[in-house]
Amino acid sequence: MANMRMDKNAMPEQAPNVRNKNFKEVALGYTPEQAMDEARRCLSCKHKPCVSGCPVGVDIPAFIAEVARGDFSAAYDILSRDTSLPAICGRVCPQENQCEQKCVRGLKGQSVAIGRLERFVADWKMAQGEETAAAPVPNGHKVAVIGSGPSGLACAGDLARKGYAVTIFEALHAAGGVLVYGIPEFRLPKDIVRREIAGLEKLGVKIETNMVIGKVTSVQELMQEYGFEAVFIGTGAGLPKFMRIPGENLKGVFSANEFLTRVNLMKAYQDDSATPVMKAKRVAVVGGGNVAMDAARCAKRLGAEVTIVYRRSEKELPARAEEVEHAKEEGIVFKLLNNPVRILGDDQFNVTGMECIQMTLGEPDESGRRRPVEKPGSEFIVDVDCVIMAIGTSPNPLIKSTTDGLATESWGGIIVDEATGATSIPGVYAGGDAVTGAATVILAMGAGKTAAAAMDAYIQKKQS
Amino acid sequence: MYPIIRKEVLNPTVVKMDILAPAVAKKALPGQFIILRVDEGGERIPLTVAGYDRAAGTVTIIFQVVGATTECLRHKEAGESIQDFVGPLGTPTRIEGLRKVAIVGGGVGCAIAYPVAKALHEQGAVVHSIIGFRSRDLVILEQEFAACSDQLLRMSDDGSWGERGLVTDALRALLERGEQYDQVIAIGPLVMMKFVCALTKEFGVKTVVSMNPIMVDGTGMCGGCRLTVGGKTKFACVDGPDFDGHEVDFDEAIQRAAMYRDFERHAYEKTCNLFKQAEG
Repeated sequence: MANMRMDKNAMPEQAPNVRNKNFKEVALGYTPEQAMDEARRCLSCKHKPCVSGCPVGVDIPAFIAEVARGDFSAAYDILSRDTSLPAICGRVCPQENQCEQKCVRGLKGQSVAIGRLERFVADWKMAQGEETAAAPVPNGHKVAVIGSGPSGLACAGDLARKGYAVTIFEALHAAGGVLVYGIPEFRLPKDIVRREIAGLEKLGVKIETNMVIGKVTSVQELMQEYGFEAVFIGTGAGLPKFMRIPGENLKGVFSANEFLTRVNLMKAYQDDSATPVMKAKRVAVVGGGNVAMDAARCAKRLGAEVTIVYRRSEKELPARAEEVEHAKEEGIVFKLLNNPVRILGDDQFNVTGMECIQMTLGEPDESGRRRPVEKPGSEFIVDVDCVIMAIGTSPNPLIKSTTDGLATESWGGIIVDEATGATSIPGVYAGGDAVTGAATVILAMGAGKTAAAAMDAYIQKKQS
Repeated sequence: MYPIIRKEVLNPTVVKMDILAPAVAKKALPGQFIILRVDEGGERIPLTVAGYDRAAGTVTIIFQVVGATTECLRHKEAGESIQDFVGPLGTPTRIEGLRKVAIVGGGVGCAIAYPVAKALHEQGAVVHSIIGFRSRDLVILEQEFAACSDQLLRMSDDGSWGERGLVTDALRALLERGEQYDQVIAIGPLVMMKFVCALTKEFGVKTVVSMNPIMVDGTGMCGGCRLTVGGKTKFACVDGPDFDGHEVDFDEAIQRAAMYRDFERHAYEKTCNLFKQAEG
């Protein structure tokens, strides 16, 4: 008999007023008892609506049934058939718009806490310690993956399991892409990312850091000189967008990318860090996505009073519901339906404030969300000494500008066949934010897996 | 890890190193830069390449000790390694078609100006080099510049070497006597480049400067290196580091460069003290 309680088992968390002063993980994870109790809320629906909401098609009812039975090892085996990074996805997927949105239990009450159960199983597995996975039998083929973010890691993992000799080229000094430079420690501990990557290395994946493809070598050279038979481009969304309003180059205005990279990748939150980060008193974060929430919560932890400025209303906030909730609990103020007009500075080029204008929502625009419209004469000044722009990114142009024949959209995204990830160049595949523009970890992983299957088919066909 | 093959102390605060990084050496061109981290946990700092030997697989860097990271780097010896070394980043200096050029180098900026002067000389251009230092003991690369310059003007602030005066004094003299340059290339402190550009604007001579703003990743991701050029925001790491000097907002760049001055001073002092203690 299923557990018919309406609510999810609450996630044990650090108290808001404690965690907003440290960088340790906010959510502490279920105990085995909580996990089994939560798993018993699953009705094991025959038609598995949740699976249709998962970009990588994890067999959710099957793994949850194993959790309910207490066989966490079996649950892990089911998960790992479809996802290479369950400890990460369980933490950062927007479940409320995916699997959990489709959960029948959500029709009346709360959905099953699928994400929390995924995380529980992955963490349990990691806690069991080292396990020597049987190394795949090499198939004699070499493939290259550019970028070690979610799409690249997923692609590399799938290809390595098929016996390919996979080399990942990473531009930064550490592997993980947005998982290490973007998403903060308190939401995704870097130790978990490192362990997931170590798992890939055990499969034989080689990771070369400090390799900026497009500069140190090109995609063509990888194929012609270095003998890679296929290449996957997962270079992510690089260039930060700014608003093009006056004052954006003042000292104290940062892209969320810069601020988060300093804090997360360079560990500027630690007292002995060699990399500086501005210790601001009052910070405005512009934007309403996960990146904005991450930046706001980092700034809070560094000791600032933080305000999120977003031009639409709460309903349109693109961030995961849990991140918005966490941000509010931690004392971050939301100034919704407001948009910056200019940033003010003193004669030393320091930020002294930001002028905003109030907005109202008009008719829906092409995104289906109601278009924000300025309220004339409603300008006001927010007292801040730091502004973080979290309004999105464009694909990094380094590959596009150095790869002849690579077709891209006018905004820079690489054009691919959606079913395979194939680009305009034979043997070259792409996925993740480099194709879609800023999206989610799980969509990027899905694209990496799709491309891995297509790359395998491409090489096998070429050989026969 | 990237081994230090050779180390040479050029003056009390400037050090030259050849770093084994064959992939970078294979592609590097004058005007491009690298980013390095001395140790695990270290800061990423950009340095413009001062030379490369494709056969030996080495890239030459010349750096002035200005902060904690360069202080740590100075204490590394040949045979030791540095943690990270990534490049070549940015776009190379455009020298195609230039027939007569004035190269203006100030202080350690001469290290970056030299490979450009050399490349111009090798393509047959007439090269007039003006190099300036605060005083005689800070002079670097004099022989190297002499070897690739049709004319070499030496300037020092205190008159202890060459002529007493600023590089702009020497450049003004050349322009006033009617020298016609296809281009002036100025590399040095921001203030020097600002005044070189003010001068050449007066004479209507196109001037290219090499900017070295604060950077984190160097691949276009962080946007920390942004500058205003011709009224538009540019990223030095991907759009530069070379820019049309007459379009650069130097006052903004000077302010932005001072962003972390207090942190840097503190970190530098702390690092120096650590080394002093270690050396007893």
